[in-house]
Amino acid sequence: MKRFLSIVGALIGVAAMWEGYKWFGQTTDGVWPGTSRELPVATDDLTMPHVGEIVGSLFEPVQRGRSETLAVFLLKSAWFTFREAAMGFVIGTLFGLGLAVIMLRTRVAERGLLPWINISQTIPLIALAPIIVTWGRSTFLSDTQAVALIAAYLTFFPVAVNGLKGLQSPNPADVELMQSYAAPWSQTLWKVRLPASRPYLFPAFRVAATASVVGAIVGEISSGVRGGLGRVILEFASRYSTGPERLYASVLAAALLGLVVFGLVAIAETVLLKRSGEEARA
Amino acid sequence: MTSLASRLGSVWPPLVTGALILGVWEALVAGLGIQEFVLPKPSSIVQAVGTEWEGLRTAGIETGTIAVTGLILGVVGGLILALVVTRFGWLSDSLTPMAVAVNATPIIALAPIFNAWFGLTDDRSNQAVVVAVVFFPVFINTAKGLSSVDPDQIELMRSLAASERTILTRVRIPSAVPFFVTSLRLAAPLSVIAAIVAEYFGGPTNRLGPFITQNASFARYDNAWAAIVIASAIGLALFAVALLIERLAAPWRDGPTEG
Amino acid sequence: MPESSTQPAIQLKGISKIFNAGTDKEVRALEAIDLDIQPGQFISLIGPSGCGKSTLLRVIGDLIESTAGETKVFGKPAHQARLDRDYGMAFQKAGLFGWRTVAANIELPLELMGWDKTARKAKSAEMLDLVKLSDFGKHRPWQLSGGMQQRVAIARALSFSPQLLLMDEPFGALDEMTREHMQLELLRIHRETGTTVVFVTHSIPEAAFLSDRVVVLSPRPGRVHSVIEVDYGPGDRSDETRQMPEFFKKTTEVREALRAVEVAAGETL
Repeated sequence: MKRFLSIVGALIGVAAMWEGYKWFGQTTDGVWPGTSRELPVATDDLTMPHVGEIVGSLFEPVQRGRSETLAVFLLKSAWFTFREAAMGFVIGTLFGLGLAVIMLRTRVAERGLLPWINISQTIPLIALAPIIVTWGRSTFLSDTQAVALIAAYLTFFPVAVNGLKGLQSPNPADVELMQSYAAPWSQTLWKVRLPASRPYLFPAFRVAATASVVGAIVGEISSGVRGGLGRVILEFASRYSTGPERLYASVLAAALLGLVVFGLVAIAETVLLKRSGEEARA
Repeated sequence: MTSLASRLGSVWPPLVTGALILGVWEALVAGLGIQEFVLPKPSSIVQAVGTEWEGLRTAGIETGTIAVTGLILGVVGGLILALVVTRFGWLSDSLTPMAVAVNATPIIALAPIFNAWFGLTDDRSNQAVVVAVVFFPVFINTAKGLSSVDPDQIELMRSLAASERTILTRVRIPSAVPFFVTSLRLAAPLSVIAAIVAEYFGGPTNRLGPFITQNASFARYDNAWAAIVIASAIGLALFAVALLIERLAAPWRDGPTEG
Repeated sequence: MPESSTQPAIQLKGISKIFNAGTDKEVRALEAIDLDIQPGQFISLIGPSGCGKSTLLRVIGDLIESTAGETKVFGKPAHQARLDRDYGMAFQKAGLFGWRTVAANIELPLELMGWDKTARKAKSAEMLDLVKLSDFGKHRPWQLSGGMQQRVAIARALSFSPQLLLMDEPFGALDEMTREHMQLELLRIHRETGTTVVFVTHSIPEAAFLSDRVVVLSPRPGRVHSVIEVDYGPGDRSDETRQMPEFFKKTTEVREALRAVEVAAGETL
């Protein structure tokens, strides 16, 4: 409850600062008082629409002649993007975990793969989204699946790196205990290593969830795949002059989607940790 | 102490893996008869880097400059705000969760808004995207480092009647250094990605983002991949600088205590 | 022990400490503690967990403010004593700064007090000698074993010759052999410097071996249950002391006091 109030307070604060800056700029004609230096951002209604207009646009028809409101339209687009992100998250997480287990299993694999896993994040493969979508079309992948692959590329990294750390985290004594029972490697993995890696994995899942949304939206933006928020942002950006508030609304929707996904993972974490009787370890 | 032998031992596995990846890629494309417009061979990509070098060089410098300047601004900003916020506990309590929330949103989507603010052809538009993307991880990590100090060390300083300021400079800042340099390592490659994605929203066309989309639309995928190679090289170089800073600034991290 | 007419090093009068007062998480950590500690004495605080021994140490060190009562250190309020840098502190974890060399760790308090560099170097060399780590000044803390790190922490606590040494289970994480060795070292340093020591421990033999007086605390709320005087006669305490009948008598005495405390608290073992 307190958290909720502070979020609401923060939102009101941001809105107030927005309107305050706008008001300030319009009273000083867009310059710092007493100088001729321009403010960093112009304050006219085209550059900075009123908060009220942005909120209001949500309840207006998305297009003249269509009954659907912008809010509903954005919600549908967000759902589309969410599905891509979720698919990417699942693929990326499984792939990342698989890599972590392989690296755990053989030291040579760890030494050979880990540097490349790190380097993979410096490769802006996300920029290749248009190619990946085309490539998908020439094979059996739909556009959404291709975008999901892009999201997966951003997702697997934190899971692989943190997963390896987590799997290596149990006490040597705990592993030795399992060895003393002559437990096979797979049982040690299930009963000791995986449980021990939870405090490492959940933060990674949170990062990965955010990354999957970023991946999905950027994938849509750079490939032009229709149906999701990325494309919507792209379109409203190109029609900015006739309706700036709609671009703002769609960017806010993207932000909200990111928060929702982050929240879902956080909830899953609390539920899972509570069920096993553990306090959430930050 | 790492001997030469163990140093070589840690170098060869990634090299072999890299060669293996490239080799399999090359063999698959050639062997399965995959058409070059679907997935070019590594050798074709290298060739494209050669033939397109002039254009790639200009585009790389343009995009790289945006990425580096934005990276520096974002890092400095995140660092300064973290220091300010830690000095005043209440600010930290209210701002840090907000920053975590913002960091969970696709910040890159702000690109068209910055275009509207600063102008489509103004470098500040794309720089602002890079700054925004870099700022939050640096701020969050550094603030975390400044506040997650061994309580014993704080008590020790207080038992010596050290002022808050002394505690900041002698304890908090040094213990935050590893957190800060880690965020640097995260932020460096992000800056290149952010710069390229921002370019997809229009603006000057002599940059890597437009280079990729233009070549992709002409099905010159080898050229597009060549641009990715250049972008990766920039990202890797920044990553290497971040690693170097980490080595120099926090050599005590070699210790087993901090993993 | 001869009756001392000088001012006590530490005077505690009616010390109480309540955490989270007025909430449902209220904890009465200390209640009506009266205690005088003479200069140069070695005092141990011992008691079951929850008896507030660490809290009491922090009240003396002005790291925690007591809810009621008066703490005087060398005749001054504890707060003034802290500002005068009368305290040297050591904890269970060595708490060394990983970004500093061993010598630089020892020099930290001296830096805060504005000593110049040559004086600091000389002092840290002297302290390293005292804790027998002369060869390790340029090492990083993590290159040292746990016992060595703890010796560095003690050297750091002693570097500026504080009048009062406050130690919170400093040997708690050490193995038994290292621990006994460190105890001898601490007694030697205590003899050589004449520092007053307040030492929190949960080890009965440790308290009986080191202390001039063992203060047994009872839990919830923390109160002084009894004070046991320890005197093994003239001559320095050594490993032989641990074999003396008097030593066994004292450990038994401390153990029985602790048992009585636990029975009173309704916790039988």
